[in-house]
Amino acid sequence: MLNFSLPKLEIGDAIEWFVRWIIDNLSIVFDIIKNILNAITGALNDGLLAVPAIMLILIFAAGIWLLTSKTTALLGLLGLALIWNIGLWPQMISTLVLVVVSVVIALVIGIPTGILMTRSSKLEAAMRPVLDFMQTMPPFVYLIPAVMLFGIGVVPGLFATIIFAVPPPVRLTYLGITQVPEDMKEMAIAFGAGDRQVLRKVELPLSLPSIMAGVNQCIMLGISMVVIASMIGAGGLGAEVMRSVNRLDLALGFESGLAIVILAIVLDRVSRNIGSGRATPAGRIIEYFKKRRKARMESQVS
Amino acid sequence: MTAKIEAKNLIKIYGHNTDKALSLFEQGLTRAEILRQTGQTLGVARVNFEVAEGEIFVLIGLSGSGKSTLLRCINGLLMPTSGSLLVDGKAVEKATEKELRRLRGEKISMVFQHFAILPNLTIIDNVAFGLELRGIEREERRDRAAEALETVGLGDWKNKMPQELSGGMKQRVGLARALVMDSDILLMDEPFGALDALIRAEMQEELVSLQREIKKTVVFVTHDLDEALRLGDRIAIMRDGAIEQIGTADEILAEPANDYVEKFLTGIDVSKILDAASISKWPRELVRDTEGVSVALHRMKKTDSDYLFVTGPGRKLVGLVTRDDLLGLSKKRQTSFKDVIREADTIPGDTIMRDVFPQLRKSERALAVVDEKQRFLGIITHNTLLDSLDERKGGDGIAEL
Repeated sequence: MLNFSLPKLEIGDAIEWFVRWIIDNLSIVFDIIKNILNAITGALNDGLLAVPAIMLILIFAAGIWLLTSKTTALLGLLGLALIWNIGLWPQMISTLVLVVVSVVIALVIGIPTGILMTRSSKLEAAMRPVLDFMQTMPPFVYLIPAVMLFGIGVVPGLFATIIFAVPPPVRLTYLGITQVPEDMKEMAIAFGAGDRQVLRKVELPLSLPSIMAGVNQCIMLGISMVVIASMIGAGGLGAEVMRSVNRLDLALGFESGLAIVILAIVLDRVSRNIGSGRATPAGRIIEYFKKRRKARMESQVS
Repeated sequence: MTAKIEAKNLIKIYGHNTDKALSLFEQGLTRAEILRQTGQTLGVARVNFEVAEGEIFVLIGLSGSGKSTLLRCINGLLMPTSGSLLVDGKAVEKATEKELRRLRGEKISMVFQHFAILPNLTIIDNVAFGLELRGIEREERRDRAAEALETVGLGDWKNKMPQELSGGMKQRVGLARALVMDSDILLMDEPFGALDALIRAEMQEELVSLQREIKKTVVFVTHDLDEALRLGDRIAIMRDGAIEQIGTADEILAEPANDYVEKFLTGIDVSKILDAASISKWPRELVRDTEGVSVALHRMKKTDSDYLFVTGPGRKLVGLVTRDDLLGLSKKRQTSFKDVIREADTIPGDTIMRDVFPQLRKSERALAVVDEKQRFLGIITHNTLLDSLDERKGGDGIAEL
């Protein structure tokens, strides 16, 4: 038998050494980040729980109505009421907060990165394997450095969720901007636009549907990761799922799973509708006030 | 008088590190040879011209002849590899980024072949786009844009979205967007190329009458010779990046500088390259020689025609039968029309179109197009001929040469 005695490449050890080095040398930075994020999520959580559930359900339903349509709002209302009814309201709120905070951070990182990638082909070439890595690495793996850096709790959950949810907005922002027709950009330049103006007035507006698809994907991945993150103490609906798995409690498992589905559907419909450019009640209200202002101005002139 | 725009020994090669390609060009190598050796495309090959203030200067050539590239050197969208382009005596290639933006925003405006109208803005905001980039207040730019829309006849459309407009209207918006900038120079890159023939003629008329008032310096790119002759105060014919001849329409038509120009001028006569088979149409009805009188009469009635072509086995053309003959047979209660088949005027399928004309003129009926084995391929009527000429001219007649 052939017997090669090639030494094993210690990739895993190298990464571990790297993370440990970060912990040893940069722990202050991570403590600060941890405290800030803890404060934000804690405040949001407490704030939302301070409002009576029924009132919050009505407010959410009104928000859904403004951003989508009557039917979606009605279904959202029923879904949220069901979550409240089966007693998973506080867990749902904490999951919602986790998703919202991690998605906001993921977008703040992801969209500018996508834009920068359109400006530098070197960055684009460098980012592509990184994004592939982030998306295909089993998400459970992120939990390990997250715990090492932030300990157990909400913040490592956020950290893992952000890493998992950031690639779609990066990719779809990049894709959207690169698909803006050349002649539109050329037109803007020919009328005297600088690079920033081309971005703001042509590329971003025209790639908005694609960017919003990225936001939507980011939210969906965020929700799925939030469940996994409950393994390291992120709490929320995911924790209920974990508990039901440990106890083989089908009833609880189904109920908490259903609550996640409802939350996911509501967030999906809302975020998808914002990017589609379809008429919404909110849009109609803005339109109405614009018209009124215009009419008033015209009557002043005459 | 000084020129408004002047190109001096302008050469444009696409790509980075163009030194080698440039030296190959200096050595007199052809465009194809430069492409083969360096992989770089010679866009404009040492061009000199002047455009006087207030004139319409037309650049014409086949696609890939460098006319659009040359146009884009004028406002610095493309930078010359060598040589110079002067606008009001100032070299565009030496301008800083800031000066370039100033030049584009204030002195030169552009109209695009595919309109480049932003789909997310209303018509009036599209027209005001350049003013917005310039930093002009919303109220003022809207007032000026509304005025420009009136000029191009779209005053009532200002609050519509672009997708509600037809192609011709979109290009009016494109024109208004350029006019509102109040710049001296208008660059038009095949502005009417994407419009159908009727609208195109209308837009050409309007441009001519508009130009009488606004007196801009216009550089107009086209591949349509008719358009060039109609609009251009002076015309430059381009080929492979070089200008073959510059002159007024009369000068060029009267004295083509070389064979290429002469061929180019006659190039619009597409009748040379089409043959009879390619323009023939299949008739609406035929009759087989085994069928009877009443069938033939029925089909004539259906198509409201006086005659039908008769085909035999293997689609071979046998001849034609006329209605009068058939009616005679029908009165005599005969069912076969074999005895009254007349000889049809035929024309071989590979006849070039120029030779189809005289034949068609001699014949009172449609010509039957046949192949070398007398198989029936279709018919040519006076109408098919006109239709196909029209189609060809409406499309890229020249570019296909």
